[in-house]
Amino acid sequence: MSAAVNAPAVALPAVALKDVRKSYGPLEVLKGVSFDVAPGEVVAIIGASGSGKSTALRCINGLESIQAGSIEVCGHHVGTQRSDAELRALRQDVGIVFQSYNLFPHLTVEQNVTLAPRRVKRIGNAAAKDLARACLAQVGLAEKADSYPEQLSGGQQQRVAIARSLAMQPKVMLFDEVTSALDPHLTGEVLRVMEKLARDGMTMITVTHEMGFARRVANRTIFMRDGLVWEVGGAEMFAAPRTPELQSFLGSEL
Amino acid sequence: MRYDFDFAVLLDYWPDFLAGAWVTLQLTFLATVFGMAIGTLCAIGARGKRRWLARAIGIYVEIIRNTPFLIQIFFLYFGLASAGLRLPVFTAAVIAMVFNVAAYCSEIIRAGMDTVHPGQIEAAQSLGMSTPTIYWDVILRPAIERVYPALTGQFVLMMLSSSVASQISTEELTAVANNVQSFTFRSLETFLAIAPMYLALAALLKLSFWGIGLFAFPRRRRLGTAL
Ligand SMILES: Nc1ncnc2c1ncn2[C@@H]1O[C@H](COP(=O)(O)OP(=O)(O)O)[C@@H](O)[C@H]1O
Ligand SMILES: [Mg+2]
Repeated sequence: MSAAVNAPAVALPAVALKDVRKSYGPLEVLKGVSFDVAPGEVVAIIGASGSGKSTALRCINGLESIQAGSIEVCGHHVGTQRSDAELRALRQDVGIVFQSYNLFPHLTVEQNVTLAPRRVKRIGNAAAKDLARACLAQVGLAEKADSYPEQLSGGQQQRVAIARSLAMQPKVMLFDEVTSALDPHLTGEVLRVMEKLARDGMTMITVTHEMGFARRVANRTIFMRDGLVWEVGGAEMFAAPRTPELQSFLGSEL
Repeated sequence: MRYDFDFAVLLDYWPDFLAGAWVTLQLTFLATVFGMAIGTLCAIGARGKRRWLARAIGIYVEIIRNTPFLIQIFFLYFGLASAGLRLPVFTAAVIAMVFNVAAYCSEIIRAGMDTVHPGQIEAAQSLGMSTPTIYWDVILRPAIERVYPALTGQFVLMMLSSSVASQISTEELTAVANNVQSFTFRSLETFLAIAPMYLALAALLKLSFWGIGLFAFPRRRRLGTAL
């Protein structure tokens, strides 16, 4: 037997963007963005405000349509045309957490977590309860199951939002500046949850202003500028940026 | 000048008053249930992507809100009768009330739906939820919870204006009172007597809505604050 038989097949990327273009009216926001994310990889996206980071994330789970290029996510193809059913199938595999937690205010924490699994996957009440316990335990909030969102701190609400996404058992998680709305002393609890997820092997793309987090946790960091992927690299990129633009961006972030 | 009150003559008629109150309640119940349903659909349509539908609903709502209920009920009853469709008076009254209250409900519910943050809808979409479930679980439920006091107030108003249905001889509470005062010639006593009956009906309605609210909105029950 040759060694090649046992060698792992070259893994298909979990997420692949090819020359993605996106405009809002006359304003071109993504000007041909390409990058791959391998299964289990953690990728951070950094860049100045308005550089198209959020738009890139929103295109990956189909919240925004693209005008050119293609996106492959866990076997789902996102081109310029997409049907509702395809979008829903895609979104079941891709979780996203936003800067503003967007919890459902009329539902308890547990109901927030179980709503989508109950409605989309049609799981029963008992199974939903177990699922909620497990997901809330993952973010350290099992004891808050019966609280309402308004009774929680911002950091706790954001962790519930993460649990709500995890309850759909996504293959990829997207995070869009999830700590930006939080008081500095609350960011740690959210970042720790994300770090644990990363260690457990979740494929993650995280837009962040937390350079320390990007450097420590991400396998690779993408620097976006002006609707383009400007520079990509590992942790070394922070110490030795190749482009003057990244250098000045990192300087301004410190 | 003094007036000698004589309420005793009215006592003979208490079964008629009761029957009238019962008809008023039935009218109100049907108008509430169907008005709520149609009002909700109109609110959804008014915010929807189909421009012609939104416009048609807008016109309907404006017509209802800017014409007297008495004219609406006459239009429905005598208008359809002259077109050859003679509705039973009860049915005509219910239909007029449903269309009237639905127009007000749709405006109230629409205002509630506008308060739902778009981010919550995006979050639901991102979880793979379908549009109908998003409408029900993420938009309508909190919207209705928010505007519940305004909605129930509208239904109480509807109950009170159901007295207009007496004009097409629907045998509700006011029509009964009209009959009674024409038999007894005791107009003042008769109308003094039905005022507390309407008050009691309003109280009954409010109590029911309060109970329904407790059941339907657990968050409000637990926290005691508006959403
Ligand atoms: N819905 C929208 N309509 C019009 N322009 C938008 C919309 N969303 C974002 N933009 C514009 O697209 C650009 C990129 O935005 P965004 O992706 O949010 O940047 P970032 O997340 O990097 O700050 C900005 O100039 C922004 O004003
Ligand atoms: Mg952004």
